[in-house]
Amino acid sequence: MNKVLITVATVAAISLAPAMANKKATETSPEEDLKAYQDYFTKRFNNEVPLNEFQNGVYSIDENSRQNWEAIEEFPPYEPFVEEGEEMWNTPFANGKGYKDCFADGPAIRGNYPYWDADRKMVMTLPLALNECREANGEKPLKYKKGPIATLLAYISYESRGQKTNVSIPEGDADALAAYNDGKNFYFARRGQLNFSCAHCHFESSGMNVRSDILSPALGHTTGWPVYRSKWGELGTLHRRFSGCNKQVRAKDFPAQGEEYRNLEYFLTHMSNGIEFNGPSARK
Amino acid sequence: MQTDTKRRVFLKRSAASGAVAVAVGAGLLTPQMVLAEWNKAAFESKSVEDVAKNLMGLEGAAEESADINIKAPDIAENGAVVPITVDVSMDGVETIAIIAKENPSPLAAAFTMGEGGVPFGRTNIKMGKTSDVIAMVKTADKTYMAKKEVKVTIGGCGG
Amino acid sequence: MSSMKVKAKEKDGIVEVKALIKHPMETGLRKDKKTGKPIPAHFVQQVVVEHGGKNRVTADWSGGVSKNPLLFVKFKGGAKGDMVKVAWTDNQGGTDSAEAEIK
Repeated sequence: MNKVLITVATVAAISLAPAMANKKATETSPEEDLKAYQDYFTKRFNNEVPLNEFQNGVYSIDENSRQNWEAIEEFPPYEPFVEEGEEMWNTPFANGKGYKDCFADGPAIRGNYPYWDADRKMVMTLPLALNECREANGEKPLKYKKGPIATLLAYISYESRGQKTNVSIPEGDADALAAYNDGKNFYFARRGQLNFSCAHCHFESSGMNVRSDILSPALGHTTGWPVYRSKWGELGTLHRRFSGCNKQVRAKDFPAQGEEYRNLEYFLTHMSNGIEFNGPSARK
Repeated sequence: MQTDTKRRVFLKRSAASGAVAVAVGAGLLTPQMVLAEWNKAAFESKSVEDVAKNLMGLEGAAEESADINIKAPDIAENGAVVPITVDVSMDGVETIAIIAKENPSPLAAAFTMGEGGVPFGRTNIKMGKTSDVIAMVKTADKTYMAKKEVKVTIGGCGG
Repeated sequence: MSSMKVKAKEKDGIVEVKALIKHPMETGLRKDKKTGKPIPAHFVQQVVVEHGGKNRVTADWSGGVSKNPLLFVKFKGGAKGDMVKVAWTDNQGGTDSAEAEIK
Protein backbone atom coordinates (compact mmCIF):
# COMPACT_ATOMS: atom_id res chain seq x y z
CA MET A 1 0.00 0.00 0.00
CA ASN A 2 1.43 3.32 -1.01
CA LYS A 3 1.78 6.25 1.25
CA VAL A 4 -1.11 8.51 0.50
CA LEU A 5 0.02 11.99 -0.35
CA ILE A 6 -1.97 15.07 0.41
CA THR A 7 -1.34 17.75 -2.16
CA VAL A 8 -1.85 21.38 -1.46
CA ALA A 9 -4.38 21.53 -4.27
CA THR A 10 -6.42 18.82 -2.62
CA VAL A 11 -6.40 20.66 0.66
CA ALA A 12 -7.47 23.90 -0.96
CA ALA A 13 -10.20 22.28 -3.01
CA ILE A 14 -11.74 20.44 -0.13
CA SER A 15 -12.67 23.00 2.43
CA LEU A 16 -15.67 21.21 3.75
CA ALA A 17 -14.80 21.39 7.42
CA PRO A 18 -14.88 25.18 7.57
CA ALA A 19 -18.07 25.03 5.53
CA MET A 20 -19.64 22.65 8.00
CA ALA A 21 -18.35 24.71 10.89
CA ASN A 22 -19.51 28.03 9.55
CA LYS A 23 -23.06 26.87 9.17
CA LYS A 24 -25.17 26.53 12.23
CA ALA A 25 -25.33 22.92 13.33
CA THR A 26 -29.05 22.89 12.74
CA GLU A 27 -28.80 23.82 9.07
CA THR A 28 -27.81 20.35 7.90
CA SER A 29 -29.44 17.07 8.78
CA PRO A 30 -27.57 14.05 10.14
CA GLU A 31 -28.04 12.27 6.79
CA GLU A 32 -26.56 15.21 4.89
CA ASP A 33 -23.72 15.45 7.39
CA LEU A 34 -22.92 11.76 7.07
CA LYS A 35 -22.64 11.91 3.31
CA ALA A 36 -20.61 15.14 3.36
CA TYR A 37 -18.28 13.85 6.07
CA GLN A 38 -17.57 10.51 4.42
CA ASP A 39 -17.17 12.08 0.94
CA TYR A 40 -14.73 14.60 2.40
CA PHE A 41 -12.36 11.96 3.73
CA THR A 42 -12.66 9.69 0.73
CA LYS A 43 -11.64 12.59 -1.53
CA ARG A 44 -9.02 13.93 0.86
CA PHE A 45 -7.15 10.66 0.62
CA ASN A 46 -7.42 10.54 -3.15
CA ASN A 47 -9.99 7.73 -3.22
CA GLU A 48 -7.22 5.35 -2.26
CA VAL A 49 -8.63 4.33 1.11
CA PRO A 50 -11.79 2.19 1.04
CA LEU A 51 -14.40 3.26 3.58
CA ASN A 52 -13.93 0.33 5.93
CA GLU A 53 -10.16 0.76 6.01
CA PHE A 54 -10.58 4.03 7.91
CA GLN A 55 -11.18 1.82 10.92
CA ASN A 56 -7.39 1.53 11.16
CA GLY A 57 -6.82 5.23 11.64
CA VAL A 58 -3.39 6.49 10.76
CA TYR A 59 -2.39 3.01 9.58
CA SER A 60 -4.81 3.33 6.68
CA ILE A 61 -2.95 6.37 5.35
CA ASP A 62 0.73 5.91 6.25
CA GLU A 63 2.90 3.04 5.13
CA ASN A 64 5.69 3.42 7.68
CA SER A 65 3.55 3.44 10.79
CA ARG A 66 1.45 0.68 9.26
CA GLN A 67 4.56 -1.55 9.22
CA ASN A 68 5.21 -0.83 12.90
CA TRP A 69 1.57 -1.62 13.64
CA GLU A 70 1.48 -4.85 11.61
CA ALA A 71 4.55 -6.10 13.50
CA ILE A 72 2.79 -5.42 16.77
CA GLU A 73 -0.48 -6.98 15.59
CA GLU A 74 1.30 -10.34 15.12
CA PHE A 75 0.76 -10.88 18.80
CA PRO A 76 -1.25 -7.89 19.91
CA PRO A 77 -0.75 -6.39 23.38
CA TYR A 78 -4.51 -6.31 23.97
CA GLU A 79 -4.98 -10.10 23.66
CA PRO A 80 -4.41 -11.00 27.33
CA PHE A 81 -7.01 -8.39 28.25
CA VAL A 82 -9.60 -9.99 25.99
CA GLU A 83 -9.23 -13.20 27.97
CA GLU A 84 -9.39 -11.37 31.28
CA GLY A 85 -12.49 -9.59 30.02
CA GLU A 86 -14.08 -12.91 29.19
CA GLU A 87 -13.54 -14.03 32.76
CA MET A 88 -15.09 -10.81 34.02
CA TRP A 89 -18.12 -11.30 31.77
CA ASN A 90 -18.63 -14.85 33.00
CA THR A 91 -18.07 -14.19 36.70
CA PRO A 92 -21.38 -13.83 38.55
CA PHE A 93 -22.10 -10.82 40.72
CA ALA A 94 -22.43 -11.29 44.48
CA ASN A 95 -26.17 -11.73 44.01
CA GLY A 96 -25.68 -14.61 41.60
CA LYS A 97 -26.72 -12.75 38.47
CA GLY A 98 -24.37 -11.72 35.68
CA TYR A 99 -23.92 -9.39 32.72
CA LYS A 100 -25.80 -11.97 30.65
CA ASP A 101 -28.95 -11.13 32.62
CA CYS A 102 -28.76 -7.46 31.60
CA PHE A 103 -27.67 -8.14 28.04
CA ALA A 104 -29.58 -11.04 26.55
CA ASP A 105 -27.69 -10.95 23.25
CA GLY A 106 -24.31 -10.39 24.89
CA PRO A 107 -21.40 -10.36 24.73
CA ALA A 108 -21.45 -9.24 21.07
CA ILE A 109 -23.27 -6.02 21.88
CA ARG A 110 -20.83 -3.32 20.78
CA GLY A 111 -22.84 -2.59 17.63
CA ASN A 112 -25.90 -1.57 19.65
CA TYR A 113 -24.20 1.53 21.05
CA PRO A 114 -24.41 4.45 21.35
CA TYR A 115 -28.14 4.87 20.96
CA TRP A 116 -30.72 7.46 21.84
CA ASP A 117 -32.80 6.47 24.85
CA ALA A 118 -36.09 8.20 24.07
CA ASP A 119 -37.61 7.55 27.51
CA ARG A 120 -34.72 8.94 29.48
CA LYS A 121 -33.93 11.54 26.82
CA MET A 122 -30.24 10.81 26.77
CA VAL A 123 -27.52 9.11 24.77
CA MET A 124 -26.81 5.66 26.15
CA THR A 125 -23.28 4.35 25.70
CA LEU A 126 -21.91 0.86 26.30
CA PRO A 127 -19.73 1.69 29.36
CA LEU A 128 -22.64 3.51 30.95
CA ALA A 129 -24.94 0.56 30.29
CA LEU A 130 -22.40 -1.84 31.81
CA ASN A 131 -22.17 0.22 34.99
CA GLU A 132 -25.93 0.53 35.22
CA CYS A 133 -26.09 -3.25 35.05
CA ARG A 134 -23.55 -3.50 37.85
CA GLU A 135 -25.34 -1.01 40.06
CA ALA A 136 -28.71 -2.62 39.44
CA ASN A 137 -27.18 -5.81 40.83
CA GLY A 138 -25.54 -4.30 43.88
CA GLU A 139 -22.07 -3.97 42.44
CA LYS A 140 -19.88 -0.87 42.54
CA PRO A 141 -19.59 0.99 39.25
CA LEU A 142 -16.24 0.86 37.44
CA LYS A 143 -14.19 3.94 36.64
CA TYR A 144 -14.60 4.96 33.03
CA LYS A 145 -11.18 5.64 31.58
CA LYS A 146 -9.05 2.56 32.19
CA GLY A 147 -8.67 -0.59 34.25
CA PRO A 148 -11.45 -3.16 34.59
CA ILE A 149 -13.96 -1.29 32.42
CA ALA A 150 -11.47 -1.27 29.56
CA THR A 151 -10.74 -4.97 30.08
CA LEU A 152 -14.44 -5.85 29.98
CA LEU A 153 -14.90 -3.65 26.90
CA ALA A 154 -11.96 -5.41 25.22
CA TYR A 155 -13.79 -8.74 25.44
CA ILE A 156 -17.13 -7.31 24.32
CA SER A 157 -15.52 -5.45 21.43
CA TYR A 158 -13.53 -8.49 20.35
CA GLU A 159 -16.67 -10.61 20.25
CA SER A 160 -18.44 -7.86 18.31
CA ARG A 161 -15.80 -7.44 15.62
CA GLY A 162 -17.32 -7.08 12.21
CA GLN A 163 -20.57 -5.51 13.39
CA LYS A 164 -21.26 -2.39 11.35
CA THR A 165 -21.58 1.02 12.95
CA ASN A 166 -25.24 1.91 12.69
CA VAL A 167 -26.17 4.87 14.86
CA SER A 168 -29.54 6.42 14.16
CA ILE A 169 -30.96 9.76 15.13
CA PRO A 170 -34.65 8.90 15.37
CA GLU A 171 -36.77 10.82 12.90
CA GLY A 172 -38.95 13.45 14.51
CA ASP A 173 -37.28 13.25 17.92
CA ALA A 174 -36.22 16.82 18.64
CA ASP A 175 -34.27 15.88 21.76
CA ALA A 176 -32.24 13.28 19.91
CA LEU A 177 -31.42 15.77 17.20
CA ALA A 178 -30.45 18.31 19.84
CA ALA A 179 -28.02 15.84 21.42
CA TYR A 180 -26.55 15.04 18.00
CA ASN A 181 -26.13 18.74 17.22
CA ASP A 182 -24.61 19.31 20.63
CA GLY A 183 -21.97 16.73 19.75
CA LYS A 184 -21.50 18.27 16.33
CA ASN A 185 -21.04 21.74 17.77
CA PHE A 186 -18.53 20.43 20.25
CA TYR A 187 -16.54 18.88 17.41
CA PHE A 188 -16.29 22.04 15.35
CA ALA A 189 -15.98 24.58 18.15
CA ARG A 190 -12.60 26.07 18.94
CA ARG A 191 -11.43 25.37 22.46
CA GLY A 192 -8.61 25.82 24.86
CA GLN A 193 -5.49 27.92 24.99
CA LEU A 194 -4.38 26.48 21.67
CA ASN A 195 -7.77 27.45 20.25
CA PHE A 196 -8.14 24.34 18.12
CA SER A 197 -11.29 22.47 17.37
CA CYS A 198 -11.28 18.69 16.96
CA ALA A 199 -11.85 19.35 13.26
CA HIS A 200 -8.73 21.49 12.89
CA CYS A 201 -6.54 18.48 13.44
CA HIS A 202 -8.73 15.60 12.35
CA PHE A 203 -10.41 17.12 9.32
CA GLU A 204 -8.34 19.88 7.82
CA SER A 205 -4.97 18.62 8.98
CA SER A 206 -5.60 14.89 8.89
CA GLY A 207 -2.74 13.10 7.17
CA MET A 208 -0.42 15.97 8.01
CA ASN A 209 2.23 16.06 10.69
CA VAL A 210 2.27 17.52 14.16
CA ARG A 211 6.02 17.22 14.75
CA SER A 212 6.51 13.53 14.01
CA ASP A 213 2.96 12.35 14.60
CA ILE A 214 0.61 11.98 11.70
CA LEU A 215 -2.90 13.19 12.46
CA SER A 216 -5.49 10.50 11.95
CA PRO A 217 -8.71 11.28 10.08
CA ALA A 218 -11.88 11.68 12.13
CA LEU A 219 -13.58 9.08 9.96
CA GLY A 220 -13.27 5.72 11.71
CA HIS A 221 -12.24 7.24 15.03
CA THR A 222 -14.81 5.37 17.05
CA THR A 223 -14.52 1.81 15.75
CA GLY A 224 -11.43 0.44 17.51
CA TRP A 225 -12.10 1.12 21.19
CA PRO A 226 -10.85 0.23 23.75
CA VAL A 227 -7.33 0.92 22.54
CA TYR A 228 -4.01 -0.37 23.84
CA ARG A 229 -1.80 2.65 23.30
CA SER A 230 1.92 1.92 23.55
CA LYS A 231 2.13 5.32 25.18
CA TRP A 232 -0.28 4.27 27.93
CA GLY A 233 1.18 0.78 28.22
CA GLU A 234 -2.40 -0.35 28.83
CA LEU A 235 -5.94 -0.16 27.50
CA GLY A 236 -7.95 3.03 27.56
CA THR A 237 -11.47 4.03 26.59
CA LEU A 238 -12.78 6.53 24.06
CA HIS A 239 -13.66 9.02 26.78
CA ARG A 240 -10.16 8.74 28.16
CA ARG A 241 -8.91 9.86 24.78
CA PHE A 242 -11.44 12.72 24.56
CA SER A 243 -10.04 13.83 27.88
CA GLY A 244 -6.45 13.56 26.70
CA CYS A 245 -7.13 15.48 23.50
CA ASN A 246 -8.81 18.30 25.38
CA LYS A 247 -5.90 18.50 27.76
CA GLN A 248 -3.47 18.57 24.84
CA VAL A 249 -5.05 21.72 23.45
CA ARG A 250 -5.27 23.01 27.02
CA ALA A 251 -9.01 23.06 27.00
CA LYS A 252 -11.46 22.31 29.74
CA ASP A 253 -11.89 18.63 30.28
CA PHE A 254 -15.31 17.11 30.91
CA PRO A 255 -16.27 14.08 32.99
CA ALA A 256 -16.03 10.70 31.31
CA GLN A 257 -19.54 9.48 30.43
CA GLY A 258 -20.94 12.91 31.21
CA GLU A 259 -23.43 14.53 28.85
CA GLU A 260 -20.85 16.42 26.75
CA TYR A 261 -18.74 13.37 25.89
CA ARG A 262 -21.76 11.11 25.38
CA ASN A 263 -23.23 13.58 22.91
CA LEU A 264 -19.86 13.91 21.23
CA GLU A 265 -19.65 10.12 20.99
CA TYR A 266 -23.16 10.07 19.50
CA PHE A 267 -22.22 12.51 16.74
CA LEU A 268 -18.81 11.01 16.11
CA THR A 269 -19.96 7.40 15.94
CA HIS A 270 -22.81 8.30 13.58
CA MET A 271 -20.24 9.76 11.19
CA SER A 272 -18.62 6.32 10.92
CA ASN A 273 -21.85 4.54 10.02
CA GLY A 274 -21.10 1.63 7.71
CA ILE A 275 -17.62 1.02 9.09
CA GLU A 276 -17.08 -2.21 11.04
CA PHE A 277 -16.21 -2.19 14.69
CA ASN A 278 -12.71 -3.59 15.15
CA GLY A 279 -11.87 -3.23 18.80
CA PRO A 280 -9.85 -3.74 20.77
CA SER A 281 -7.01 -2.22 18.77
CA ALA A 282 -3.40 -1.14 19.20
CA ARG A 283 -2.02 2.32 18.58
CA LYS A 284 1.20 4.12 19.38
CA MET B 1 26.54 -31.96 49.61
CA GLN B 2 23.44 -29.99 48.71
CA THR B 3 25.54 -26.88 48.06
CA ASP B 4 27.89 -28.73 45.73
CA THR B 5 25.00 -30.02 43.64
CA LYS B 6 23.55 -26.52 43.29
CA ARG B 7 26.90 -25.05 42.35
CA ARG B 8 27.67 -27.71 39.78
CA VAL B 9 24.35 -27.20 38.04
CA PHE B 10 24.78 -23.43 38.17
CA LEU B 11 28.20 -23.53 36.54
CA LYS B 12 27.40 -25.93 33.73
CA ARG B 13 24.06 -24.50 32.74
CA SER B 14 23.92 -25.50 29.09
CA ALA B 15 24.88 -29.14 29.70
CA ALA B 16 22.60 -29.55 32.65
CA SER B 17 19.67 -27.49 31.46
CA GLY B 18 17.39 -30.47 31.90
CA ALA B 19 18.70 -30.79 35.43
CA VAL B 20 18.07 -27.13 36.06
CA ALA B 21 14.44 -27.48 35.10
CA VAL B 22 14.03 -30.56 37.27
CA ALA B 23 15.88 -28.96 40.14
CA VAL B 24 13.72 -25.85 40.00
CA GLY B 25 10.63 -28.01 39.85
CA ALA B 26 11.75 -30.06 42.82
CA GLY B 27 12.53 -26.94 44.82
CA LEU B 28 16.25 -27.70 44.86
CA LEU B 29 17.00 -24.62 42.81
CA THR B 30 15.23 -21.40 43.58
CA PRO B 31 14.54 -18.87 40.84
CA GLN B 32 17.37 -16.92 42.48
CA MET B 33 19.84 -19.59 41.36
CA VAL B 34 18.75 -19.43 37.76
CA LEU B 35 18.83 -15.65 38.00
CA ALA B 36 22.47 -15.80 39.05
CA GLU B 37 23.31 -16.61 35.48
CA TRP B 38 21.89 -13.34 34.21
CA ASN B 39 24.96 -11.65 32.80
CA LYS B 40 25.04 -8.50 34.89
CA ALA B 41 28.34 -7.29 33.43
CA ALA B 42 27.02 -7.53 29.88
CA PHE B 43 23.66 -5.91 30.66
CA GLU B 44 25.32 -3.06 32.52
CA SER B 45 28.00 -2.45 29.89
CA LYS B 46 27.92 1.07 28.52
CA SER B 47 29.50 0.45 25.15
CA VAL B 48 29.00 -2.03 22.34
CA GLU B 49 32.63 -3.19 22.75
CA ASP B 50 32.07 -3.97 26.43
CA VAL B 51 28.84 -5.82 25.65
CA ALA B 52 30.72 -7.92 23.09
CA LYS B 53 33.48 -8.66 25.55
CA ASN B 54 31.22 -9.46 28.51
CA LEU B 55 28.55 -11.38 26.64
CA MET B 56 30.46 -13.05 23.82
CA GLY B 57 34.00 -13.01 25.16
CA LEU B 58 34.98 -11.04 22.08
CA GLU B 59 38.02 -8.79 21.97
CA GLY B 60 37.95 -6.44 19.02
CA ALA B 61 35.40 -6.11 16.27
CA ALA B 62 32.84 -8.67 15.18
CA GLU B 63 32.74 -9.59 11.50
CA GLU B 64 29.78 -8.24 9.55
CA SER B 65 27.66 -10.99 8.06
CA ALA B 66 24.89 -10.96 5.51
CA ASP B 67 23.52 -14.15 7.06
CA ILE B 68 22.11 -12.08 9.90
CA ASN B 69 18.80 -10.49 9.00
CA ILE B 70 17.49 -7.66 11.18
CA LYS B 71 13.88 -6.63 10.72
CA ALA B 72 13.15 -3.30 12.36
CA PRO B 73 11.22 -0.21 11.30
CA ASP B 74 13.14 2.52 9.47
CA ILE B 75 11.33 4.98 11.70
CA ALA B 76 10.02 3.82 15.05
CA GLU B 77 6.45 4.95 15.59
CA ASN B 78 7.00 5.01 19.33
CA GLY B 79 10.45 4.73 20.93
CA ALA B 80 8.93 2.84 23.87
CA VAL B 81 7.91 -0.10 21.69
CA VAL B 82 10.21 -0.84 18.77
CA PRO B 83 9.63 -4.30 17.22
CA ILE B 84 12.94 -6.04 16.44
CA THR B 85 13.34 -9.43 14.75
CA VAL B 86 16.68 -11.16 14.21
CA ASP B 87 16.78 -14.13 11.88
CA VAL B 88 20.09 -15.94 11.33
CA SER B 89 20.87 -18.39 8.54
CA MET B 90 24.05 -19.88 9.99
CA ASP B 91 24.79 -23.20 11.66
CA GLY B 92 25.95 -23.60 15.23
CA VAL B 93 24.49 -20.37 16.58
CA GLU B 94 24.80 -20.20 20.36
CA THR B 95 23.65 -16.69 21.21
CA ILE B 96 21.91 -13.79 19.49
CA ALA B 97 22.15 -10.36 21.11
CA ILE B 98 20.04 -7.28 20.34
CA ILE B 99 21.96 -4.10 21.07
CA ALA B 100 20.72 -0.51 20.76
CA LYS B 101 23.96 1.41 20.42
CA GLU B 102 22.76 4.76 21.77
CA ASN B 103 20.82 3.39 24.75
CA PRO B 104 22.39 4.08 28.18
CA SER B 105 22.82 0.32 28.56
CA PRO B 106 23.04 -0.89 24.98
CA LEU B 107 22.35 -4.62 25.53
CA ALA B 108 18.58 -5.10 25.55
CA ALA B 109 18.13 -8.82 24.94
CA ALA B 110 20.16 -12.01 24.46
CA PHE B 111 18.66 -15.25 23.12
CA THR B 112 20.58 -18.42 23.99
CA MET B 113 19.90 -21.54 21.96
CA GLY B 114 19.14 -24.72 23.83
CA GLU B 115 18.66 -28.11 22.18
CA GLY B 116 16.77 -27.62 18.93
CA GLY B 117 16.71 -23.85 19.33
CA VAL B 118 16.35 -22.08 15.98
CA PRO B 119 18.51 -18.94 15.62
CA PHE B 120 15.64 -16.48 15.62
CA GLY B 121 14.52 -13.95 18.17
CA ARG B 122 11.84 -11.29 18.25
CA THR B 123 10.93 -8.85 20.96
CA ASN B 124 10.06 -5.15 21.40
CA ILE B 125 12.71 -2.83 22.79
CA LYS B 126 12.89 0.71 24.12
CA MET B 127 14.99 3.20 22.23
CA GLY B 128 15.75 6.63 23.61
CA LYS B 129 16.95 8.10 20.34
CA THR B 130 17.93 7.34 16.78
CA SER B 131 20.48 4.58 16.87
CA ASP B 132 21.98 1.61 15.12
CA VAL B 133 20.35 -1.60 16.26
CA ILE B 134 23.09 -4.21 16.23
CA ALA B 135 22.49 -7.94 16.15
CA MET B 136 25.52 -9.81 17.42
CA VAL B 137 25.66 -13.54 16.86
CA LYS B 138 28.00 -16.00 18.54
CA THR B 139 28.79 -19.33 16.98
CA ALA B 140 31.25 -21.88 18.35
CA ASP B 141 34.28 -20.32 16.66
CA LYS B 142 33.37 -16.75 15.82
CA THR B 143 31.20 -13.75 16.60
CA TYR B 144 29.40 -11.94 13.78
CA MET B 145 27.23 -8.85 13.58
CA ALA B 146 24.82 -6.89 11.41
CA LYS B 147 23.25 -3.51 12.00
CA LYS B 148 20.33 -1.38 10.96
CA GLU B 149 19.64 2.25 11.79
CA VAL B 150 16.31 2.94 13.41
CA LYS B 151 15.18 6.56 13.57
CA VAL B 152 13.37 7.59 16.71
CA THR B 153 11.51 10.88 16.77
CA ILE B 154 9.65 12.65 19.50
CA GLY B 155 5.91 12.47 19.23
CA GLY B 156 4.11 15.76 18.73
CA CYS B 157 0.70 14.95 20.07
CA GLY B 158 2.00 14.05 23.51
CA GLY B 159 -1.32 13.09 25.11
CA MET C 1 -4.60 -15.70 36.99
CA SER C 2 -1.47 -15.89 34.88
CA SER C 3 0.50 -12.85 33.91
CA MET C 4 1.37 -14.53 30.66
CA LYS C 5 -0.28 -15.64 27.46
CA VAL C 6 1.50 -18.31 25.42
CA LYS C 7 0.78 -19.57 21.91
CA ALA C 8 2.65 -22.38 20.19
CA LYS C 9 2.30 -23.41 16.57
CA GLU C 10 4.11 -26.08 14.56
CA LYS C 11 4.77 -25.56 10.87
CA ASP C 12 7.15 -27.52 8.64
CA GLY C 13 8.90 -29.04 11.63
CA ILE C 14 9.51 -25.71 13.36
CA VAL C 15 7.65 -24.77 16.52
CA GLU C 16 6.92 -21.05 16.93
CA VAL C 17 6.41 -19.92 20.50
CA LYS C 18 4.89 -16.52 21.25
CA ALA C 19 4.50 -15.20 24.76
CA LEU C 20 3.08 -11.93 26.00
CA ILE C 21 3.95 -11.11 29.59
CA LYS C 22 2.20 -8.49 31.70
CA HIS C 23 5.08 -6.75 33.44
CA PRO C 24 6.03 -3.09 34.10
CA MET C 25 9.63 -3.54 32.86
CA GLU C 26 10.89 -0.56 34.86
CA THR C 27 14.49 0.35 34.08
CA GLY C 28 15.10 1.98 37.43
CA LEU C 29 15.94 5.23 35.63
CA ARG C 30 12.47 6.80 35.79
CA LYS C 31 11.30 9.05 38.58
CA ASP C 32 7.83 9.08 40.10
CA LYS C 33 6.16 12.22 38.74
CA LYS C 34 4.50 13.04 42.03
CA THR C 35 7.18 12.26 44.61
CA GLY C 36 10.30 12.78 42.49
CA LYS C 37 11.68 9.52 43.87
CA PRO C 38 13.25 7.01 41.49
CA ILE C 39 11.03 4.09 40.57
CA PRO C 40 13.02 0.95 41.42
CA ALA C 41 14.14 -1.32 38.60
CA HIS C 42 11.61 -4.08 38.09
CA PHE C 43 11.98 -6.09 34.92
CA VAL C 44 11.90 -9.65 33.64
CA GLN C 45 15.46 -10.93 33.50
CA GLN C 46 15.06 -14.39 32.10
CA VAL C 47 12.46 -16.30 30.12
CA VAL C 48 12.94 -20.02 29.59
CA VAL C 49 11.08 -22.01 26.95
CA GLU C 50 10.84 -25.68 27.93
CA HIS C 51 9.62 -28.62 25.92
CA GLY C 52 10.11 -32.35 26.28
CA GLY C 53 12.09 -31.84 29.45
CA LYS C 54 14.58 -29.67 27.59
CA ASN C 55 15.40 -25.99 27.68
CA ARG C 56 14.85 -24.98 24.05
CA VAL C 57 15.59 -21.26 24.15
CA THR C 58 16.45 -18.84 26.94
CA ALA C 59 15.90 -15.11 26.59
CA ASP C 60 17.84 -12.80 28.91
CA TRP C 61 16.49 -9.29 29.09
CA SER C 62 17.25 -5.87 30.58
CA GLY C 63 14.86 -3.04 31.41
CA GLY C 64 15.49 -2.01 27.80
CA VAL C 65 12.79 -4.42 26.69
CA SER C 66 9.36 -2.80 26.36
CA LYS C 67 6.60 -2.86 28.96
CA ASN C 68 4.28 -5.88 28.73
CA PRO C 69 7.01 -7.62 26.76
CA LEU C 70 6.62 -9.90 23.83
CA LEU C 71 8.80 -12.96 23.23
CA PHE C 72 8.82 -14.85 19.95
CA VAL C 73 11.27 -17.74 19.48
CA LYS C 74 11.45 -20.95 17.49
CA PHE C 75 12.75 -24.47 17.98
CA LYS C 76 12.86 -27.82 16.19
CA GLY C 77 11.82 -31.14 17.63
CA GLY C 78 8.27 -30.47 18.77
CA ALA C 79 5.03 -31.89 17.43
CA LYS C 80 1.41 -30.81 17.44
CA GLY C 81 -0.17 -31.83 20.72
CA ASP C 82 3.03 -31.47 22.77
CA MET C 83 3.05 -29.02 25.65
CA VAL C 84 5.41 -26.05 25.78
CA LYS C 85 6.11 -24.28 29.05
CA VAL C 86 7.35 -20.72 29.33
CA ALA C 87 8.70 -19.52 32.69
CA TRP C 88 10.02 -16.08 33.62
CA THR C 89 11.90 -14.64 36.56
CA ASP C 90 12.44 -10.96 37.32
CA ASN C 91 15.07 -8.98 39.18
CA GLN C 92 12.92 -8.78 42.30
CA GLY C 93 12.50 -12.53 42.60
CA GLY C 94 9.11 -12.56 40.94
CA THR C 95 8.31 -15.53 38.76
CA ASP C 96 5.48 -17.04 36.75
CA SER C 97 4.93 -19.65 34.09
CA ALA C 98 2.32 -20.76 31.61
CA GLU C 99 1.85 -23.68 29.26
CA ALA C 100 0.37 -24.06 25.83
CA GLU C 101 -0.34 -26.96 23.53
CA ILE C 102 1.44 -26.89 20.19
CA LYS C 103 -1.27 -26.40 17.57
